[in-house]
Amino acid sequence: MSSDKVTKTILFSASLLVLIISTGIVFSLVKGSIPAFKEFGLKFIVTNEWNPTTGHEVYGALPFIAGTLITSILALLICLPLAFSTSLFVAEYFRNTRVANILSSLVDLLAGIPSIVYGLWGFYTLRPFIISLGLSDQGFGIFTASLILAIMIIPYATSLSTEIIAMVPDELKEAAYSLGATRFEVIFRVILPNASSGIIASYILALGRALGETMAVTMLIGNSNIIPSGLFATGNTMASIIANQFGEASGLKLSSLIAIGLILFAITGIVNSIGKYIIKQFS
Amino acid sequence: MPVNNVPAFIDNIDGRNKKNKLFLVLVIAMSVLTVMPIILIVGKIIISGIGQMNFNFFVQTSPDSLQAMSAVANNETIPGGIANGILGTFLIVIVSSVMAIPAGIMIGIYLYENQGRRYSNFLRNLTEILQGVPSIVLGIISYLWIVKNITNGFSAFAGSVALSIMMLPMIIRSTEETMKMIPNEIREAAFAMGTPYHKVILRVLIPTGFNGLSTGILLSISRILGETAPLMMTALGSTVINYNITKPTSAVPLLIWEFYNDPNMVKLIWSSALFLMIFVLTLNILSGRLAAKPKITRKR
Repeated sequence: MSSDKVTKTILFSASLLVLIISTGIVFSLVKGSIPAFKEFGLKFIVTNEWNPTTGHEVYGALPFIAGTLITSILALLICLPLAFSTSLFVAEYFRNTRVANILSSLVDLLAGIPSIVYGLWGFYTLRPFIISLGLSDQGFGIFTASLILAIMIIPYATSLSTEIIAMVPDELKEAAYSLGATRFEVIFRVILPNASSGIIASYILALGRALGETMAVTMLIGNSNIIPSGLFATGNTMASIIANQFGEASGLKLSSLIAIGLILFAITGIVNSIGKYIIKQFS
Repeated sequence: MPVNNVPAFIDNIDGRNKKNKLFLVLVIAMSVLTVMPIILIVGKIIISGIGQMNFNFFVQTSPDSLQAMSAVANNETIPGGIANGILGTFLIVIVSSVMAIPAGIMIGIYLYENQGRRYSNFLRNLTEILQGVPSIVLGIISYLWIVKNITNGFSAFAGSVALSIMMLPMIIRSTEETMKMIPNEIREAAFAMGTPYHKVILRVLIPTGFNGLSTGILLSISRILGETAPLMMTALGSTVINYNITKPTSAVPLLIWEFYNDPNMVKLIWSSALFLMIFVLTLNILSGRLAAKPKITRKR
């Protein structure tokens, strides 16, 4: 065999690693969650009791699925006007100015701060602030967690939509200006229709980020295993229940946690795939 | 287009101008609001963290709760440091890098060399899905694979496996993007001289794309440095300095978590967070510098 063939074979076998890891992840998650699904059936996904007392063990994932979806979507809603304004600021109003560069590197800085540090800041600064506003007694809960998540996903929502807004051809904007359109009208009648799918995709990808965030949410959501009853009620997400209870879990409980991991994996996989699909259609 | 749509554009120029100005003010206000948490977070970490930053902080292991309690009671700085965490983080990150970087570069080159094939497109999609897997799920996976079956207990190696699966897709992507930037003439020139394929890769492609590759590597390392959740399930933490990859190991984010759960150690939290943040940001800035010449990796 020639040396080139050997090199090609080595590269090819390296590429199999991605295949092995991906199938391995799915296989292990499915295998690990079989005991839970065998015990509770598909009802596992739609029941809301979480009782680890030996002899009366019942596990249902609904509170955590609800917690994850509510916090992530709320975070996205909070983040939306902020990220949208920031990307307009950087890519349209103050394009290529020093202010815009500073703003976008500050926003990028957010992506470099570890999740646990957000959690600390949320716990020591945001939580007392929420209490002082009289919104909740302890400051823990869905709203606090969503607020910190919103800050965390701003850089992801902003950087991609900034690029996409900047990609709208100048000719289109100039044509609208020459017809007497104001900048506001150019943004809403020219830029947005042209960039909407890309912008939507970037928010979907940001949502994908929020779904899997663990530490910051765990530190702020209050960790109660019930379906949250309101905006300021406590709850738990899929990621935070795993982080909280995985350490001491075994048997059926461990299997249930792995099953929650599998559901989380599936949901983030679907959300990310939708986002990537829209991006691919766009470019 | 119906005619009655047009007057809206001609009429009412004052109203339109007002709306235009109002929206600009709104955009600026919202952008300022976006920057506020960044300034507040970084400010809080620096102000609260600087107090405990001393020489011992970097060379001593973490104190136990009693030591911290008596120090706090006497209004002294808490003794000890985070050396076990710093060295643990280094150990875990180095082992992850050793696993993820060569594999990631090889796969990236493979994907570039086999553009357009169905198998490569499939792999590329798989890589993107892998990149989106939440880190906590990778913690579960590494627990099942390594903690349960290979090291038979919590270990630095298990932590490294979880983090290397996180790194791998980022390195694959940045390698492929970098390879696309290298002019085809350079590759052709090398092949025209009869250079064997592996030498083209090692002597031409990798050196030419060095900046792009390093950018990807540094960014991926900066992403995994602060990971806490997967390490809680794999490396667990340790109060002593550990160099054995089959034993439980501490890491800076794990120490932050421990300090957070111990009311006596609160002061150490912020110094550790400051250290971690400086470390991550240095890597980010460094990678930004490297990427400054040709813009190679797109930030997601």
